[in-house]
Amino acid sequence: MTALPAAGPAEKPVLLLDRLHKKYNPGSQLEVHVLKGVSLAVERGDYVAIMGHSGSGKSTMLNILGCLDVPTEGRYLIDGVDVSSLSEAQLADVRNQYLGFVFQSFNLVRRTSALANVELPLVYAGVSRSERRRRAQTALELVGLGDRTGHMSNELSGGQQQRVAIARAIATGPAIILADEPTGNLDSQSTEEVLQIFGRLNAAGRTIVIITHEDDVASHAKRVVILADGRIAADRRNAPLHSSPPGLVDLTAAEETTEISVTDAATAPGVVVP
Amino acid sequence: MRVALRGILANRMRSALTMLGILIGTAAVILLVAVGTGISNQVQVQIKNLGTNAIYILPERNTSAQNRGTSARRIRLTKADVKALSDKTRAPSIDLVAPTVGSSGTVTWQGNTYALQNFIGGSPEFGDIRNTPVAEGRFLNEEDIASHAKVAVIGQTVVDHLFGKGIDPVGQQVEFNGVRFRIVGLQVKKGSNGFQDQDDFMFAPISTVIDNIVGNVDSYTIIGARAANKDMLPEAMVEIRTILSQTHALKPGDPPDFIVFNAAALLAAGKAAAKQFQLLLGFVAAISLLIGGIGVMNIMLVTVTERTREIGIRKALGAQRTDIVTQFLSEAMLLASLGGLIGVAVGVGVGHLKSATMQPVVSPGSVVLSFGVSVLIGIFFGAYPASRAAALTPMEALRYE
Ligand SMILES: Nc1ncnc2c1ncn2[C@@H]1O[C@H](COP(=O)(O)OP(=O)(O)O)[C@@H](O)[C@H]1O
Ligand SMILES: [Mg+2]
Repeated sequence: MTALPAAGPAEKPVLLLDRLHKKYNPGSQLEVHVLKGVSLAVERGDYVAIMGHSGSGKSTMLNILGCLDVPTEGRYLIDGVDVSSLSEAQLADVRNQYLGFVFQSFNLVRRTSALANVELPLVYAGVSRSERRRRAQTALELVGLGDRTGHMSNELSGGQQQRVAIARAIATGPAIILADEPTGNLDSQSTEEVLQIFGRLNAAGRTIVIITHEDDVASHAKRVVILADGRIAADRRNAPLHSSPPGLVDLTAAEETTEISVTDAATAPGVVVP
Repeated sequence: MRVALRGILANRMRSALTMLGILIGTAAVILLVAVGTGISNQVQVQIKNLGTNAIYILPERNTSAQNRGTSARRIRLTKADVKALSDKTRAPSIDLVAPTVGSSGTVTWQGNTYALQNFIGGSPEFGDIRNTPVAEGRFLNEEDIASHAKVAVIGQTVVDHLFGKGIDPVGQQVEFNGVRFRIVGLQVKKGSNGFQDQDDFMFAPISTVIDNIVGNVDSYTIIGARAANKDMLPEAMVEIRTILSQTHALKPGDPPDFIVFNAAALLAAGKAAAKQFQLLLGFVAAISLLIGGIGVMNIMLVTVTERTREIGIRKALGAQRTDIVTQFLSEAMLLASLGGLIGVAVGVGVGHLKSATMQPVVSPGSVVLSFGVSVLIGIFFGAYPASRAAALTPMEALRYE
């Protein structure tokens, strides 16, 4: 129920992985031990890039962070609340209100317009129709697709689809945005646009965790975590690269005010955890 | 509901196929049951047309008595048989007996010819037994018999084959096997009784036919008899069998060399046959419903991978399990009931078309049943895979293959 305070050293981490293990097909012949005791604390308002070789377990970790998958062992806490203690319904609320997930492969709903895709999380949040439309429109404008709202998902380019996916992830105003190689399929122009969006969102106070294998992309983050063979191999802070461009602050500030009530609710897991 | 509608519109092909499957199943059941009922009704009406009090006696030509050679005499119905049957003390339940002789040959009218199977020499009494009115003109009368008149009463089928359109058959002169007859009456059309065309005949006075066509051979083709009333029908049948067994000198255990049949007995047999037929149609209908259901199931299963991925996406965005189940359930319900309703409309619509031979009868039960079952099938196969997918974690659903 608390308002979003400025991130400080005394603040408990918004995301906390504690000796996390993940095995696929545990106990069977096909068992793969992917995460081998990962501990990671992410502060509120941080911008973390996760890097590592293919197969090192980046996606596995991000899926667990996004409450899309469950760890085999270890704890995962969001704002101090152990995710394993949440009911299925509460988990759905956390995914809806608190986390915004951007898939590497976009995962838009097929044969459905950009606007309808962005509206989806708002539908599940129980937002009224007109309000839903307005917020989805705002989110699409924020990613520069204000003029493409009626297009079907398959009528958009890869970069545009990725931006729709980002708009969808931020539609409910989640405090945390998780993105799995959001620029992996994009050309340099689109990559630049997407990175600008993330920069703005972070400047507006969102916590961002993004997977990438491009140093260039990682250089936009405040912190780089390198995963190797299921363990954290390196964890360093980038020197501040740039402050937010002045022109963009207005936009994000405007967006922040429209979503402020949702953000308030979302940053207080007390709402979803009785 | 809106989400469900969107889902339906976003997957038009799948939606159309699902609806088609349900539509076909529903319509097929309604139609087949309607046709079955229609045929059953028709058979009953036609058999009733035979006249329920009428009894017909025919020689049994393929009896084993012949093969056994127990009797050298020809199997036939004779004057003696008619005399015995007409004896009120021996056959108190019978009030009318009338023999006929039959022939077949070619009828000619002004150069038109028709191969006639049933040229029957009969009497007014036979007409009474047969109990079929004339549509035009008159039936044979006693005077025709007495005067051996060369007159004939004709059936509609013969009229259709012999005369051109718009020609009144009554008063026309026709030739049968070279003998000229004047048509004095046209009988009311009776249609088929399911075994034979009942309008394919000509009646002439039995005296005339014996004189000019079959000769005096003391062998009747059919003897008609009439039970005094409907209740006496079973006794009448028994009396006929007893009398003919005596006149034909059958030993106990000999198979009868004659056939006695009655419309009521035929009616029972016909009803049973129609019932069987209805059952068969019902079975076919059930199968078509099943096939429709399997079609729906297949479509649903084929799309389940895609749909499971969609469910994964929706769950990742924060959909509750109930959101998913509600969406897919309303989608399936909407599709199934829409398909079912169209199916009912098609089934009932086509069922009310009057066909040339038969009027299908749509029964409300079949409508309710087929609609209910196909909608249930649609809902089950639409919602069941979805509800299973909804129980997966988002990642499991997204990875589903
Ligand atoms: N569903 C799964 N079942 C079995 N093995 C999996 C599954 N998903 C990923 N893996 C394996 O886990 C390892 C890590 O995968 P992933 O987290 O996707 O790596 P990254 O994103 O770093 O490339 C890989 O070896 C991959 O083959
Ligand atoms: Mg990956």
